[in-house]
Amino acid sequence: MPLTQRKKGAEADKAASDKAASSEEKIVQDGSEDEDRKKKESPAGKKKKKERGGEKGKWSCLDSCCWFVGCVCTVWWLLLFLYNAMPSSFPQYVTEAITGPLPDPPGVKLKKEGLTAKHPVVFVPGIVTGGLELWEGHECAEGLFRKRLWGGTFGEAYKRPLCWVEHMSLDNETGLDPPGIRLRPVTGLVAADYFMPGYFVWAVLIANLARIGYEEKTMYMAAYDWRLSFQNTEVRDQTLSRIKSHIEMMVATNGGKKAVVIPHSMGVLYFLHFMKWVEAPAPMGGGGGPDWCSKHIKAIMNIGGPFLGVPKAVSGLFSAEAKDIAVARAIAPGFLGNDIFRVQTLQRVMKMSRTWDSTMSMIPKGGETIWGGLDWSPEEGYLPSKRRQIMNDSQVSSESGTNSSSSRARVNYGRIISFGKDAAESPSPEIEMIDFRDAVKGRNLANTTCRDVWTEYHDMGIEGIRAVAEHRVYTAETVLDLLQFVAPKMMARGSAHFSYGIADDLDDPKYEHYKYWSNPLETKLPSASDIEIFSMYGVGIPTERSYIYKMSPSAECFIPFQIDTSFEGEDEDSCLKDGVYTVEGDETVPVLSAGFMCAKGWRGKTRFNPSGIRTYVREYDHAPPANLLEGRGTQSGSHVDVMGNFALIEDIIRVAAGATGEDLGGDQVYSDIFKWSEKINLAL
Amino acid sequence: MGSVLRLRKLCYVEPVKFQSFESIKNAEKQQQQQQQQEERTVSEVENAVQKNGRDDDEDTKKKKEGKKKMKEWRCIDSCCWVIGCLCTVWWLLVFLYYSLPAALPGFQPPESPGARLGREGVRALHPVVLVPGISTGGLELWEGKPCTEGLFRKRLWGGSFTEILKRPLCWLEHLSLDNETGLDPPGIRVRAVPGLVAADYFAPGYFVWAVLIQNLAKIGYEEKNMHMAAYDWRLSFQNTETRDQALSRLKSTIELMYLTNGRKKVVVVPHSMGVLYFLHFLKWVELPPPMGGGGGPGWCATHIKAIMNIGPPFLGVPKAVSNILSSEAKDVAVIRSMDPGVLDSEILGLQTLEHAMRVARTWDSIISLVPKGGETIWGDLDWSPEEGHGCSLAKRRTLQSSGNNKNSNHTNGKRTFSAMKDLAKYGRIISFGKEASYIPSSQLPSVDLKELLLGKPSTISNSTCQEVWTEYNELSRESIRDVADNKVYTSQTLLDLLRFVAPKMMKRAEAHFSHGIADDLNDPKYNHYKYWSNPLEMRLPGAPDMEIYCLYGVGIPTERSYVYKMSPTGKCKSIPFRIDSTAEGYEDSCLKGGVYFVDGDESVPVLSSGFMCARGWRGKTRFNPSGATTYVREYQHRPPASLLEGRGSASGAHVDIMGNVAFIEDVLRVAAGATGEEIGGDRIYSDIMRMSERINIQL
Repeated sequence: MPLTQRKKGAEADKAASDKAASSEEKIVQDGSEDEDRKKKESPAGKKKKKERGGEKGKWSCLDSCCWFVGCVCTVWWLLLFLYNAMPSSFPQYVTEAITGPLPDPPGVKLKKEGLTAKHPVVFVPGIVTGGLELWEGHECAEGLFRKRLWGGTFGEAYKRPLCWVEHMSLDNETGLDPPGIRLRPVTGLVAADYFMPGYFVWAVLIANLARIGYEEKTMYMAAYDWRLSFQNTEVRDQTLSRIKSHIEMMVATNGGKKAVVIPHSMGVLYFLHFMKWVEAPAPMGGGGGPDWCSKHIKAIMNIGGPFLGVPKAVSGLFSAEAKDIAVARAIAPGFLGNDIFRVQTLQRVMKMSRTWDSTMSMIPKGGETIWGGLDWSPEEGYLPSKRRQIMNDSQVSSESGTNSSSSRARVNYGRIISFGKDAAESPSPEIEMIDFRDAVKGRNLANTTCRDVWTEYHDMGIEGIRAVAEHRVYTAETVLDLLQFVAPKMMARGSAHFSYGIADDLDDPKYEHYKYWSNPLETKLPSASDIEIFSMYGVGIPTERSYIYKMSPSAECFIPFQIDTSFEGEDEDSCLKDGVYTVEGDETVPVLSAGFMCAKGWRGKTRFNPSGIRTYVREYDHAPPANLLEGRGTQSGSHVDVMGNFALIEDIIRVAAGATGEDLGGDQVYSDIFKWSEKINLAL
Repeated sequence: MGSVLRLRKLCYVEPVKFQSFESIKNAEKQQQQQQQQEERTVSEVENAVQKNGRDDDEDTKKKKEGKKKMKEWRCIDSCCWVIGCLCTVWWLLVFLYYSLPAALPGFQPPESPGARLGREGVRALHPVVLVPGISTGGLELWEGKPCTEGLFRKRLWGGSFTEILKRPLCWLEHLSLDNETGLDPPGIRVRAVPGLVAADYFAPGYFVWAVLIQNLAKIGYEEKNMHMAAYDWRLSFQNTETRDQALSRLKSTIELMYLTNGRKKVVVVPHSMGVLYFLHFLKWVELPPPMGGGGGPGWCATHIKAIMNIGPPFLGVPKAVSNILSSEAKDVAVIRSMDPGVLDSEILGLQTLEHAMRVARTWDSIISLVPKGGETIWGDLDWSPEEGHGCSLAKRRTLQSSGNNKNSNHTNGKRTFSAMKDLAKYGRIISFGKEASYIPSSQLPSVDLKELLLGKPSTISNSTCQEVWTEYNELSRESIRDVADNKVYTSQTLLDLLRFVAPKMMKRAEAHFSHGIADDLNDPKYNHYKYWSNPLEMRLPGAPDMEIYCLYGVGIPTERSYVYKMSPTGKCKSIPFRIDSTAEGYEDSCLKGGVYFVDGDESVPVLSSGFMCARGWRGKTRFNPSGATTYVREYQHRPPASLLEGRGSASGAHVDIMGNVAFIEDVLRVAAGATGEEIGGDRIYSDIMRMSERINIQL
């Protein structure tokens, strides 16, 4: 093959350089010799004849295409070869040449200080970051056995999207596997070290821990199926039992050294649930006895913990969008919900994610007491500009920042969802709220085109939808009613597993039920005064706090509400951007949710913390990466990237090597979390 | 996986094509030069004729130069053109391949045993524990020298092995263990990959456990009731506990699975060396700490339903000996004889075998595979349990293919074999020279081995050899010759030989393994862990309900004894012995390429894998005081009928048997609750029962 082609090429050259007629004959003669060549040659020859008039001896379009591709390929191979032949320290060398010598990674630095592995470490990954693999599927998932459907490259989501959505969904009634489908969490450290190739989650932390001597026997990734409600992971996979047995074994094989637990994001709630479960008697609990936690756990280092929920969860459940999606939707309205191409992406995503019970664990908890009422919120008076100025200048400017804040209208963060900007801003008596709860749900629209992307909105009818919009404003408390109204099935499933209130009397026997175990405002911490609880999170990034909604203008088939991205704040410093009010946080979890329990709810001996477990708040100020070479930055404060934050890693390693919270330096606070916590009126 | 390989192949083929193409280009250039020369001669002639043709001459020169430039440029062009074409075609094919429907219409792949049994209503019942064997488990790097930059938590063993090619010395250094302790060298931590991924595929596309796992999943197994007991297979068994607490973890996992699966006992499926590892575990778990796991005497009875040993080398494998002695097996020996220089070229600094030997000798676990039971089991100078076996394998195959002249063939074969019967003295595991392997023992020189081995070896300190230190460097030339002069080693004297040529290794390893036969099992010394992995020196736990299966392939010639010679090369070519691959028997002989073969699964002879189940543990014996039931299940090897079948669904080879349909069905049925009787009791194709009878061992 190459030989003939080569000849042909050479002939073509001659054809180009020599006089026309003779060479053409030659080509034709040559062509007759070889069938393969003939096929290719004759059209080329014809083309040449045609082009003869204009350009002399130019290659045909096809030829130059091939030529171009060849060039690209060759260059690519060359580069690939060079890349592979490159010494592995080369990128580092380049980086150092540009930015100056890099600081040692914390693992190396602390190893030099003489720290070694001491306490076994348990990681609890959060929602979405854990991989899921297929163990049994329908026919369309042929060949995907034990391949990752979630995590990894997500190749299948593109190749067979419908099949993928079908397999990722859970049963709408039970919240467990649909019949014939078994999707299970990936186990081991690989479950969540990288979410996608190159996008680390735990990998940096693992690598740094390994530097001071950790390995698989002293590190454990408590991977669980993050789609299930927490108690269901035990029912279906016995995950909680496995975690219990594994922690027991690690403590036993490491000479009785207690474990340091590092949950991230939703893993924080999962581990709260675990701590209650493990001490509760069987069959509902794990039967570990009342002192299991004090025997086996040294410290819990919560990273970006959404203790009190996140507002993002509401918008996710309500309209399957967050700020970024809303913006994309505003730019290209038809794209994500395209009816013609039968894409209906958002509807499918909503349908799928509404079968995941775990998302409901992150609905804001504590109602108006915590998240603020119509006219009040703990964060009020917060200005994003203030913090920015602190970062840039010194404290002098911060005072001027507070001065200017007094002149501006306060943002009513308590109104988590409002329909229209005026509803979000005007004082509460002026808002006319029509109770939607009694509104008759209209008849089923029974639109056949929508059938396959069923969401519960179809059962609501136009009246119901309008009633929802006319209520205008929802606080953290009424938002629950709203969700109850728009997604009754999901909430019925979810409310059997999660609760969002504040306990009046924690000794009430009803709080022994597992649905309260993941709500820190309705559980007591275990009686283990030696445990230390850390709240570690990034600050300095605007984080979604409340939303301005509008009704979708389009056909019934769509999700009837969407974030109104046309609303912007009056000036540059406003918290309102694209229909979303933001406060300080780590881009996902507002500071209030991440910090309140450690700053106030559990500080000292409170009714939520009867044994007086010590708590520490450790904040990490966000600094974006200085240049592209730094990747996702070593000082990032955003929800996932904070796991690559050197300061945070150093703290974790020190604790794992035996330090206490006091050794680390106690609290480390940049935000107003203590001030805000004070404003919350909660009996302790 | 296969597709990826295929693609990769395509990918690699291309540059090759490209090179060949370049050579063509060169040839063409020569042609061009010839043409030019011709032209030149012509022009010279012209010059001679036309004296005032200078301008013309210059003109032609210019033309020529121009032409040349253009031609060269064109050359690169057409290069690019060709590559472009290939790339495009390749992409097109890839695209077509991917857009192909998953199942071709009309092509119906055979139904997997899992799916079939699933339809029959066989469901997951007992939790399953898989114990991988030697070298099939992946190893990953946790801490290394600077040369391993960027390999953190990457596989050094298993996977694609790309690092061997990229940095071979670094790779070897990190896979070695410490020569004194048999544990990690300072500054290096290489650990076993945990989880099912540890040994599902050894290399991309080369399954080990994957097929079995897939079939188990079809009847409802998943990670919560299926566990891969991965361990670092380089370490001695007790050291996996010392360093990684691997035995404790296995115990805790089995207990957890037992509890979370409704107190259903566990079915254990160990493969190859994993069989010995699990024997070790059985003893370890019931004995009190600190040496044991403290599970108490009833632990196995409560937690284990059945042990389904796959290709079990209970009594060791002769291959291990040749590996330790000269780090070669049949295949390596053949390569070495064909191209003597390649593997140990000093100029290139390769010395592959020496390196391999140095590394492998730091792995204590290999010693667990050295033949156990001495001459009682493996035969002495003149006797062996397999004698008269007659390498009927080739014949058997012809028998199968040509059914007509079965009888005549058979008798024919018989005759030749009966003539040769005396020749194959399998008991002589290592003999120097072909002659020594078959002459009667009375003619053998009687060198007192013990005396020889006591002689202190003098060290040859050769500076050029320092780098690839093997213990052979410390042996003097004379003692090497003495070793060879002794001519014949049985499995008993073999141990002395090993102790002589590799004193450090044997000293290290013999603290962990023992190869004898116990006279009195009540002797308290047998409570030491070094006896736990030798079935002839340990008692099975008191678990009368536990079933023990020996599942292995038969029908493949398996290495049993070797004909050695001394290496002809210099002092520094450190391995002084090698298999004499020129030693060939007659056509049907068991001797091929310097190796005597018997029946087996290509790695483990039938004797080693079957004896314990067929006789040693059958009924109530002193090795099996509680009378746990044993079953021998053999699987006759049938090579894959076509290429499409891959490694075959009826293979009996040591690793490929894990894809054997009959085998998988047995495992699935037992895991779903069947007993050995229900799956049909014994299933025997080989002479194992007769061979076992011949062995004179007190039970």
